Amino acid sequence: MSEPPLLHTPLYGEHVRLGARLVPFAGWEMPLQYRGIIEEHHAVRRAVGMFDVSHMGRFEVRGPEAAHGLRYICTYAVHRLAPGQGHYSFLCNQAGGILDDIYVFRLAQERFLVVANAANAARVRQWLEAHLPRGAELVDRHRSTAMLAVQGPRAVATCARALAPALGSLPRRGCLETAWGEGVLFASRTGYTGEDGLELVVAAEGGPALWRRLLEAAVTPCGLGARDTLRLEAALPLYGQDIDEGVDPFQLGLAFAVSLDDGADFIGRQALLRVREEGPRRLLACLKASGRGIMRAGYPIYREGEEVGRVTSGGYSPTLGVSIGMGFLPPPLAQVGTALTVGVRGQLLPVQVVPRPFYRPPRPAQREEAASAQP
Amino acid sequence: MPSPSDRRYTKEHEWLRLEDSTGTVGITDYAQDQLGDIVYVKLPPVGTAVRQMEPFGEIESVKAVSDLYSPVSGEVVEVNAELEERPELVNLDPYGQGWLIRVRLSDPAELERLLTAEEYDAYVAQEMQA
Repeated sequence: MSEPPLLHTPLYGEHVRLGARLVPFAGWEMPLQYRGIIEEHHAVRRAVGMFDVSHMGRFEVRGPEAAHGLRYICTYAVHRLAPGQGHYSFLCNQAGGILDDIYVFRLAQERFLVVANAANAARVRQWLEAHLPRGAELVDRHRSTAMLAVQGPRAVATCARALAPALGSLPRRGCLETAWGEGVLFASRTGYTGEDGLELVVAAEGGPALWRRLLEAAVTPCGLGARDTLRLEAALPLYGQDIDEGVDPFQLGLAFAVSLDDGADFIGRQALLRVREEGPRRLLACLKASGRGIMRAGYPIYREGEEVGRVTSGGYSPTLGVSIGMGFLPPPLAQVGTALTVGVRGQLLPVQVVPRPFYRPPRPAQREEAASAQP
Repeated sequence: MPSPSDRRYTKEHEWLRLEDSTGTVGITDYAQDQLGDIVYVKLPPVGTAVRQMEPFGEIESVKAVSDLYSPVSGEVVEVNAELEERPELVNLDPYGQGWLIRVRLSDPAELERLLTAEEYDAYVAQEMQA
């Protein structure tokens, strides 16, 4: 059977024009890098970079039953979001296993935007179609819009200046819609890099203009390579690597996205109540290498010669200059300070369980000091 | 850009430049470009015996790890210690400061099995189309 042709986002032409190295990702042909992963990584940590994330699924859910319909599908109490607020959530099956991790924004009383992983977009759509009640209409915005993530300490100020002043005053996890160009610009103060920043959605036709406007504002184009090193430093799990249906939210340590006490039922609630009561059987731990060598997904984790887990995400941290990774461990071993080793192609790399995340952005005052201390 | 004509190449994208009976080994510009940002190079200690087209080390970029293959058999007589602190030299100057090891050849006849610059460039052009 031959592979279906790769899909292109509305920004594909921009990537080609900039000479990006393109790779297949979840059925899409996406930029891996433009100039280099490390350079792009630092651009986001130190200034501002942008990513084409149009491959991610986008669904609008609207109607009088939208709020309660979504509540029954999401682990988080999304029906309690005020218009202009967003929150991270999971979609779980009855057993509490994760079908996707998503972001839900309440645009208005009866309008929500659901952002899903690219690889799960079709499945999320089916799940929503199967479980949304009458009075909650699903509109698939995946192919009719473009989505950009603008990330970094200068992201918000740059967008406010270059696009719309209102973007400068969005609270964390907040969202808004504003006029831009010929149409409407959706913006949320969210991201997947561990930095401050915005995620933007416009009609597909407006995507290239938005991209170019930000290029003119000196925003560095960044590819999936940097997106991966940035999210790993922020210890943000990735579906397909750290998350699958065998994982529940408590194993990830992300209970903040599970609301069990608001009285509302949702798919997987009974199973998750049990996990909360009994405690997860394993925990996603952050591992930092102390030697040279790089842990990567799939490598075994050892404790005194016995395999105790596998690296689910691993690589090189450009900010820390060493290898970092994540993997599931029995709870007693997931404690900060535990010394372990990772089998790296036949050799043992010493690693330690460290606090999550690996990297946290400095507060603005510290950042200025750091900047002025540079030669 | 054509590859330098003062050396020979492997299909695994290493180069070898011969000076008397010692050859300097590195990876090609095409290889470093394909690998992307190089963050760690694992090289054998001086004195190690290497064999033609067998792995002698590893090179790790942000994205992936790859084996390094020796273009010739012989003994490692020097390693580029500077790469320990500055692995990015392989990206910046693959044919110069980014060299990997020097090998005293045990069988100079093996050179015949390596590609000329012209042959290597043709091979890469073919690989890029595939």
